[in-house]
Amino acid sequence: MGQGTWHSVGAVASFEEDSVTGIDCGDRKIAIYRVGSDEFFATDNICTHEYALLSDGWLDGYSVECPLHAGCFDVRNGAAQCAPLERDVRTFPIRVEGNDVLVMLDQPDAGR
Amino acid sequence: MSDDRTFVIVGGGQAGGWAAATLREQGFAGRVVLVSEENWRPYERPPLSKAWIFGAEPPAPPYLHAEDRYGDIDLKLSSSVVSVSPRERRVSLADGEHLVYDKLLLASGGQARKLDVPGGENVGTLRTIDDALALRRRLETARSVVCIGAGVIGLEFASAARTLGKSVVVIDAAERPMARAVSAAVSERVLAWHLRQGVSFAFGTSIREVTPRGDGFEVVCDRGSHHGDLVVGGIGMSRRLELAMQAGVATNRGILVDEAGRTSVEHIFAAGDVAEFRHPLYRENILLETWRHAQNHGVAVAKAMLGQQVSYDDVPWFWTDQHGHNLQVSGLAETGTISVTRGEGDAFTIFDLRPDFTVAAVAGAGNPRDIRAGTELIRARARIDPAQLADTAVNLVQLAKAAARQPAAAT
Repeated sequence: MGQGTWHSVGAVASFEEDSVTGIDCGDRKIAIYRVGSDEFFATDNICTHEYALLSDGWLDGYSVECPLHAGCFDVRNGAAQCAPLERDVRTFPIRVEGNDVLVMLDQPDAGR
Repeated sequence: MSDDRTFVIVGGGQAGGWAAATLREQGFAGRVVLVSEENWRPYERPPLSKAWIFGAEPPAPPYLHAEDRYGDIDLKLSSSVVSVSPRERRVSLADGEHLVYDKLLLASGGQARKLDVPGGENVGTLRTIDDALALRRRLETARSVVCIGAGVIGLEFASAARTLGKSVVVIDAAERPMARAVSAAVSERVLAWHLRQGVSFAFGTSIREVTPRGDGFEVVCDRGSHHGDLVVGGIGMSRRLELAMQAGVATNRGILVDEAGRTSVEHIFAAGDVAEFRHPLYRENILLETWRHAQNHGVAVAKAMLGQQVSYDDVPWFWTDQHGHNLQVSGLAETGTISVTRGEGDAFTIFDLRPDFTVAAVAGAGNPRDIRAGTELIRARARIDPAQLADTAVNLVQLAKAAARQPAAAT
């Protein structure tokens, strides 16, 4: 930890509770999950099965369901939870500082 | 840990492949034998009528799993089971080998239905990788294409062929595209996509014969005829029931199974396209011929084979990609009577409600979360005010999550 840089991805209030939001950080697509009011998680926004944005998906508790073929990931650790997924999705460290949500990108082994 | 049981799976498609993988995932330590007539390890069929047709190169086979997942699965490709003896719990393979099973899964799917008219053998079909490779080759030199059947396969092939600049006619006995699968309002949107891209249609007409003419074929209909350098049929599938029938397993339109995939014969299960079953949402038995069902039924029935408590109740769902639009359909449209449209233009969601205002089906493009919310409403059997569904200011996700927490309407 600590080799990457923290990027602000928006104000806390801009993330709806129990929802997933897609953010572009440079050429990287990130999905930000807000579970309840206090917990935030971040993963790659692109599904590991076929091309689809998880930010168009369905968040149920800590599980996000891909909008294309309904594969589910645990947003806390990126674990693939059901068919048709064969690969986990990458996660990124995320924290709240004041009113800002910050995500750490670019570290070589982010979140895995 | 030693386990001397043998589980045999007949059929290496979406259901059989996922069943085999699930047995291992669930910790089964006995022998798993997967018998497939195809020469490819289990793969997903949906890409075959999409990128496999219009792509510059055939993509890599869309395998379900990496090859190493089959390290501890006895995969018998280009092979087939020719008979089942339930009394001895024994199956015989075409090469003369016999296997004694502890549990047997029939996931034999079906084959593309052939057009039963003179010259029907001139009509290409599309179900397997080998079919897709053959059609790709024939499409290279074809200038015109006739698609017989305006279902998902015919329409996806039409879309792919138009992408390649071919002239395309789609013929169907019904009066609208996807008539069996979606409501008239959804058919109208699908038709508009095709007309905008220059696809022609001949509805309400039946094929009389398909005769060679020049470099191609003349498709002779009740009314008029159509020339195609290539003729492709997408007129459904015939289920492979012969093994079940020979084994004395009860069949109707498909192999009859209970909520856990058990057939009428002990130790024999069935899953996927071939299964006919009661679903808690519907009064009549249903049969589903979709990627999603084959996968999830295969997973569920594999768990039942291991003795786990299983009650399969997945809401029917499929998708199709046509002219760059991803259409998703949840539920069974035929059970609805009231049509409610949400959104306009190419991003739309159309709900089919029953007279009691429960949701029978939802279909749409451009708003996948609406479909997912609609699936929740279908599952919950919630009574919904149509005005709320139509109002884009109403948050469907919250509406659906609230409905999922309510007790279901009485049926």
